[in-house]
Amino acid sequence: MTTAVIEPIVTIRSRTVVMPSTNIDTDQLIPARFLTTTTKEGLGKALFADWRYDADGKPQPDFILNRPEAVGCRVLVAGRNIGCGSSREHAPWALVDYGFQAVISTEIADIFRNNSLKNGLLPVVVDETTHGWLLANPGAKVEIDLASATLRIPGRAAVSFPIDPFARYCLMNGVDELGFLLSKDAAIKAYEAKRVS
Amino acid sequence: MSAPKTMFEKVWTAHEVVPETADTPAVIFIDLHLTHEVTTPQAFSLLRERRLRLRRPDLTLATMDHATPTRTEQVFGGAPITIDSAAKQIRQLEVNCAEFGVELLGLQDARRGIVHIIGPELGVTQPGKTIVCGDSHTSTHGAFGALAFGIGTTEVGHVLATQCLLQKKPKTFAIEVDGSLAAGVTPKDLILAIIGKVGVSGGTGHVFEYRGAAIRAMSMDERMTVCNMSIEAGARAGMIAPDETTYAYLADTPRTPKGAAWEAALARWRSLPSDPGATFDKAVHIDAATLEPMVTYGTNPGMVVAVSGHVPDRKGDSVFDAAMKYMGLNPGEPIGNAPVNVVFVGSCTNGRLSDLRAAARVLRGHKVASGVHMLVVPGSQEVKRLAEAEGLHEVFRAAGAEWRESGCSMCLGMNGDTVGKGQYSVSTSNRNFEGRQGVGARTLLASPETAAASAIRGRVTDPRELLS
Repeated sequence: MTTAVIEPIVTIRSRTVVMPSTNIDTDQLIPARFLTTTTKEGLGKALFADWRYDADGKPQPDFILNRPEAVGCRVLVAGRNIGCGSSREHAPWALVDYGFQAVISTEIADIFRNNSLKNGLLPVVVDETTHGWLLANPGAKVEIDLASATLRIPGRAAVSFPIDPFARYCLMNGVDELGFLLSKDAAIKAYEAKRVS
Repeated sequence: MSAPKTMFEKVWTAHEVVPETADTPAVIFIDLHLTHEVTTPQAFSLLRERRLRLRRPDLTLATMDHATPTRTEQVFGGAPITIDSAAKQIRQLEVNCAEFGVELLGLQDARRGIVHIIGPELGVTQPGKTIVCGDSHTSTHGAFGALAFGIGTTEVGHVLATQCLLQKKPKTFAIEVDGSLAAGVTPKDLILAIIGKVGVSGGTGHVFEYRGAAIRAMSMDERMTVCNMSIEAGARAGMIAPDETTYAYLADTPRTPKGAAWEAALARWRSLPSDPGATFDKAVHIDAATLEPMVTYGTNPGMVVAVSGHVPDRKGDSVFDAAMKYMGLNPGEPIGNAPVNVVFVGSCTNGRLSDLRAAARVLRGHKVASGVHMLVVPGSQEVKRLAEAEGLHEVFRAAGAEWRESGCSMCLGMNGDTVGKGQYSVSTSNRNFEGRQGVGARTLLASPETAAASAIRGRVTDPRELLS
């Protein structure tokens, strides 16, 4: 687990983009017609495609990602239960390719959260009060410190968020889980030897 | 004597290669890795980059379903696949399987089909197994008492390389369904009602176990429909204890153990059900007898009403208001007012033989209403063969419906089988998200019976009106 394979995350400082919709599912994050790709690259342009572009492919001027204030933002604040639905890892690939490093919500769906952690996209689950403030203050400057697992908002008390220690280690060091799994080869062999098939 | 255990705990513990610690998740062994064309290309690329081999070809099975055409001339007649990127993805799976030694049930294979339909058909889905696939509806296989869940492509790579996954132990959630379903009310109606009750994120972090008299009374096809949609309530997996129904189904499948090995397997499987007194982290109770045929009215599978009922009025709720705008429906109006432009019978939820029989039973002697396009897509080539052997395709064609080759098809429209912008689709699939069946498509999820009845009447229809 020594080779960095993804960009290490230590601290994320950014203004926020707010998408308050509840239950933003992975079909919205990236519609199925973009899943015929055989690579991970370039999916940022398909992120939120059906909300972001009109039928002719022109940007919808009112959609938040098409507005000037969204440029350069690396933190997405989403309504409750983002990432529900399909297991498509294309969803975090698209978010990361677009430039996001963290997603903040009160609930984040299981498979999407797992997939995000494996791609350098930090899932941050916060309490209702903090979430409510973030939704009401789009463009707020936030700082997410991974070592202490805290979200800092100027003028407010720091908020801690849950993060699995192993996932945090991988994110901070830019290593993936595969190296760890491969290092368990002896244990896997021992399991296979006694396994009833 | 040890504490009573849930079925989930038994399966989980039996697959711990390395138990979870404070610092690291558990290493869990995977007994069956199902793969398809959409969520694997980048995982095979990872193996190439790291110079890794496929660890267990014997526990890995590939098929193609999502991007595949359903028109016979494209599957068997050499007609070109319309979407270039889909054709390329299909070819890439062929290349990857050949290079890494994965058994592939390819485009023209008689055993091909939706991955969650063919696993049980072949008998590779078995009680007590851990089963994963890069597909959220892997929960389907839990109907056999397997721990089966969807994973992302990075995890697909992990399983290809190590046959293991790093996992945190989820919590357990009992869904107790007492009583029995009334005539004309199906397991699809039950699972839609469950999602409506639990909510679309109510199962997050949990594994469901469906229990109770109504579940025990179900066939395997019906149990699969229920487990299939566990993910729509946020639960990655849903399990049902194996019983004589399970064993009778599996005994007739080609890849289950035979002879003495079958007897040994049966003995193991009989120890799987949750022990009396086992406790669950959460539970809900549902009385099956109170249910009616259900249909969704909004843009997630939890937005559900009785087919005979009305769209609720939750004006002011942002999810509700957005759904009304997208769906073009009005709060308080009868859901039976909703027009129907397209009817889709198929998918991993309701694409099995019994589902096609149910739709045909309603359609027989009727015509699909003028202006309605009905598409019937069997879940596998084996389902297609069996359906044709009993003449179901003739019933569909006589009614004016299209009969296709197997695949995911219009459930998510990846292969070009889509619903048009603004059109209403009564669909037996699993997701009514915005744009799921095509850009701007409006999906109403329902049972095969309700879908067929709605096709005949050209509006959302309670199938009991046609079955009485």
